[in-house]
Amino acid sequence: MGVLENKFNDNIVVGSLDKFLSWSRSTSPWFFQFGLACCAIEMMATAAARHDLERIGMMPRSSPRQADVMIVAGTVTMKMALRVKKLYEQMANPKYVISMGSCATSGGPYWQHGYHVLKGVDLVVPVDVYVPGCPPRPEALIEGLLKLQQLISEERPLTRKIT
Amino acid sequence: MGVVQGDQMILNIGPQHPSTHGVLRLEVMTDGEIVSRITPHLGYLHRCFEKHCENVTYEQVIPFTDRCDYLAAMNSNFGYVVAMEELMDIKLTERVEYIRVIMAELNRIASHLLGVGAYGLDVGAFTPFVHMLRDRERILDIFEYTCGARLLYNYMWVGGVSHDLPKDFEKICFRFLDYFEPKIDEYNQLLTYNKIFIERTADVGVLPADVAISYGVTGTNLRGSGVKWDVRKEEPYSIYDRFDFNIPIGEAKFGTLGDCFDRYWVRILEMKESIKIVRQALKDLPSGDIFETMPKKIRPPKGSVYRRTESPRGDLGYYIVSDGTAVPERVKMRSPAFTALSCLDEISQGWMMSDVLCILGSLDIVLGEIDR
Amino acid sequence: MSFSEIKLLIQDRFPKSVIENENISEGQIEIDGSLWKEIATFLKNDPKLLFDQLECLTGIDTGEEGPLQSRYNLHSMELRHKIEIIISHDRKDPKVESIEQIWRIGDWFERETYDMFGIVYEGHRDLRRILCPDDWEGWPLRKDYELQETYHGIMVPKIKEEEGWE
Repeated sequence: MGVLENKFNDNIVVGSLDKFLSWSRSTSPWFFQFGLACCAIEMMATAAARHDLERIGMMPRSSPRQADVMIVAGTVTMKMALRVKKLYEQMANPKYVISMGSCATSGGPYWQHGYHVLKGVDLVVPVDVYVPGCPPRPEALIEGLLKLQQLISEERPLTRKIT
Repeated sequence: MGVVQGDQMILNIGPQHPSTHGVLRLEVMTDGEIVSRITPHLGYLHRCFEKHCENVTYEQVIPFTDRCDYLAAMNSNFGYVVAMEELMDIKLTERVEYIRVIMAELNRIASHLLGVGAYGLDVGAFTPFVHMLRDRERILDIFEYTCGARLLYNYMWVGGVSHDLPKDFEKICFRFLDYFEPKIDEYNQLLTYNKIFIERTADVGVLPADVAISYGVTGTNLRGSGVKWDVRKEEPYSIYDRFDFNIPIGEAKFGTLGDCFDRYWVRILEMKESIKIVRQALKDLPSGDIFETMPKKIRPPKGSVYRRTESPRGDLGYYIVSDGTAVPERVKMRSPAFTALSCLDEISQGWMMSDVLCILGSLDIVLGEIDR
Repeated sequence: MSFSEIKLLIQDRFPKSVIENENISEGQIEIDGSLWKEIATFLKNDPKLLFDQLECLTGIDTGEEGPLQSRYNLHSMELRHKIEIIISHDRKDPKVESIEQIWRIGDWFERETYDMFGIVYEGHRDLRRILCPDDWEGWPLRKDYELQETYHGIMVPKIKEEEGWE
């Protein structure tokens, strides 16, 4: 922090309010388990015993009102698209969306002749991180989540943005 | 004190719900807590599988069949290639047949583990879920060692398989089976003889045998009602007639015949039978070339075929119509979970709201297969 | 019972309904759809046939000049024999009697074939779409199906044409 850095003992941390807010938000985002199709099984496997997700702070929640991150895991169809939008609007700010798998990113293997498939969930909700794969390995999903944590910790919520 | 007749209430168990095994919407009409009618609404995962099959070649259909029943992808592939080989009249080498049976039975164990674990989670038991997923990861390790993928394999091709078994496969497999067989007793202690689990599942959601046959219910759900029907024994395909295994049926262990506990118990016993089959297949595994009988071009003669195989959910049937070109004219997948879900309304009348989710979990459905 | 014996039984009882067709294979019978409900009741209840399980109901579009077809695969649990029934429908007005009261799974199978092809099953108590949304336009699995442009404001067909995708 410039002038005050390294002037105190090791158990005193100095920083700006912005940085502390972002740091505390990024280290335990609770995710909204929105599993739709095959990627949902890999999401469940990531939260299970071998690739534990709780050790990086993520806890599965079933209700959108208690969650920070929505992981859209699986193919979104036209019938479901309206509900995805509704659930996204029910989440409280600040909220983030991870699009897991190729189906949620761009329609996946069903992009060519799928009349009922939404070609990417970013047509209805804004997406922060895209995790590719069909289905992505648990390690890939964890990398996507860590990138999201890095993204959140770089936000400066109190600083006014100069446009 | 008289009984107050209140108005009926409609409760929506929406498409997003932790216990509905996927995106399924149930419209439940209740009188207080007692259910009087359930209307399932499907189609939230309709991914146009049959339209894709009419526009891609026969080999390119196989990854799409993986994604329909994503918990038992090997068995979905198996059903399709068995139907295609009947249409094209292909005879396979012995090694390919043995490899296919080993993979299909291992996947059956993995699918039942997840089905039973998720059922425990629905009923409220967290520990069996985590234990079963831990053991399922070891089966996925074996699959990853063979073909590189954890969940969706694209392994069984028309006339053969895509990768040969790697070095030391038998040793690894035997080591897994020796580790896994005593675990079933562990699951029995956790779930099967647990008093709370028995109270919640015995006598609940009884499915009589004639209702089951009329609704087209097959597989574990039909065997839980006491009917001894298994496609592997009745219309044997591949080399299942060479193995020695039993068909477990429900026997009203703690309640009436055909209740939720019977369906759960049949799944546990079926895992033991699958272990038996894999051991016998590994012992007799012959050597050979797996690419010998694979056709260079897949152009089946004109005609149609309907063939069913036993997937962990029931009778998986494929109706394939060919017009002589490299692209199928029509492929229809007859999905066992579709028929299992259709009888939900009939068997849950008169039960309470929390029993509805218990009954739904015991049917072990996968929405990817229902909506295709 | 073998396939030829079953075919003879049906031909004896309903002589005008069975249509001879050389293009179909062994195990398939093509019948005329006007008496279908009576034939279905006979197939289920006759003590020599006892077809108590409707395995699969497939709808097929045989091309521009051909008809739409419904194919029923039936199987008997008691007597262990099976058969396939083919019924053709006129393309402009496809309809046939519903058999959902005879085999209870016919309820959902017929709704699915209606959703995909537009074949109307008369007598069905609740014939509406099951897989596509209720306000979807068109019959998707027909060969002449055209995609709709938008659904509730969301674009349906493939976008990104300018980047060289199809």
